[in-house]
Amino acid sequence: MTIDVREYLRPHKSLSMAERLDLVRRRFSTNSHIHVDQESFRRDPDQAILFICPAQVFKLNPKDSSCIVNHEDCLECGTCQVARRYTAWKNPQGGYGVTYQYG
Amino acid sequence: MSNERFEVVIVGAGPAGAAAALTLARNGVEVLVLERGDYPGAKNLFGGILYTSVVNDLIPEFWNDAPVERHIINRRWIALNEDTQVGLDLKSTRFDVPPYNNTFTALRSKWDQWFAAQAEEAGAMIICETNVEDLIVERGKVHGVRTGRDEGDVEADCVILAEGANALLAERAGYRPTMSPTNRVNAVKEVIALPAEIIEDRFHLEGKQGAAIEYFGGAVKGTVGSAFIYTNQDSLSVGVGSIIAEYLRLRIAPYEMLDWFKAHPLVAPLLRGGETVEYATKMIPEDSYHHLSDLYEDGLLLIGDCAGLVNPSIHHEGTNLAMASGVAAAEAVLEARERNDFSKATLASYRSRLEQSWVMKDLKRYRDTVHFLLENREFVKDYPDLTIRLIQRYFTIDDTPKDDVVRELWRIIRDEVSFLKAARQMWRARKTML
Repeated sequence: MTIDVREYLRPHKSLSMAERLDLVRRRFSTNSHIHVDQESFRRDPDQAILFICPAQVFKLNPKDSSCIVNHEDCLECGTCQVARRYTAWKNPQGGYGVTYQYG
Repeated sequence: MSNERFEVVIVGAGPAGAAAALTLARNGVEVLVLERGDYPGAKNLFGGILYTSVVNDLIPEFWNDAPVERHIINRRWIALNEDTQVGLDLKSTRFDVPPYNNTFTALRSKWDQWFAAQAEEAGAMIICETNVEDLIVERGKVHGVRTGRDEGDVEADCVILAEGANALLAERAGYRPTMSPTNRVNAVKEVIALPAEIIEDRFHLEGKQGAAIEYFGGAVKGTVGSAFIYTNQDSLSVGVGSIIAEYLRLRIAPYEMLDWFKAHPLVAPLLRGGETVEYATKMIPEDSYHHLSDLYEDGLLLIGDCAGLVNPSIHHEGTNLAMASGVAAAEAVLEARERNDFSKATLASYRSRLEQSWVMKDLKRYRDTVHFLLENREFVKDYPDLTIRLIQRYFTIDDTPKDDVVRELWRIIRDEVSFLKAARQMWRARKTML
């Protein structure tokens, strides 16, 4: 098979977060492995977990200023609990969560 | 698995756990490895360079069978600002013959699976999709593990923790210092598919040769961190990693930093036509030597990332330290087994083995690197920027006589660098970073 070089001169496109997450095989558990202490979150002036999470797991609920946790999107790095100790993170149940194809 | 009993239970089938399992199994030890992923490597990630001196000791000429991607003959370290880069470029055909400078690119899902399979072939038992929820401790001695499965207790003479960067068991048991934003890196990475021929043409490689390019300075917004492009067989590993405190300080997300880097006008041409096939993220422990976890307890050893065994300097080594620690732990267990004594005093030989090897010598050498960089930001921002500007000015052609150009350069240096401070910093940098 010959390669048409022109095919590979097009700019590389960065994906949206939804597209990125779609690339990762995940088995969803109904039990969340992430728990946010909502009182501490509300008192945190930076609310750092909203931006530090590489998978945008945490969203602000505008209605009650609480933190919505989409644990299904978690890529299991654990950065949230290091950034803010009011986030309790543990490994998803065995056999659940991400399975990287490349890694 | 009720009332199961093995001589040794290893938590985690990554490079550290598998190296320990392989060494123990080869010596006739009944060893069980528990892995939470669907298969060894399913949850694992690294930037992409595997240093293989330990592997080659364990499995001579592993490259004939193992799923490595390319051997690295070209290394580049590049300081990058908004529009200009200056770099150091090392390329050598000496790296083109076995053992290939012990430097290969790899993809962990394939590599870890293969490496764990070698341990399995040697007689280790590996059970996947299994979390370890707790250590079983009696009178201060670790006697086994409690898994997430029904009746899932497993007893053992000795437990080896190889649970990775998220050292939840070790932290809960108080065996390791608390993770903090200044001792943990977050890295994000994309695997970007490109045909092998395009990669070889674009990076000036032939056959299985590979290139590794590391960027710092403006490439990571002047943070303590770096960006990278590594060539795999038919993909690139492209990513950024910085100390978590740095993302917090700039209020920037790791993927924003990655997108910014990928879109840089001097980086984008290397990625043209490439399609992202995976996005992944990992935490990297950069505890300094000062704050390593307690590496051994009664009936327990800690190895790899969960013990904090990562070289945080420009060398960015991790998996090789993990494997070396796995082998050292296994050797300590073999000695303990001979004496039938798995007490802390006997298992202490694990630490002395590491102390005598390059593992601890390197960790000691770079014990202050991260702290030094966080305290002396000039090294990640001002100095790389200045170096770029000086070299760029020196080579700018605009009818200025060269004598005047050189005078201008000295003026810039005089205006922007405090000599006393710089001299002091350079002296400390030599000791902490090189």
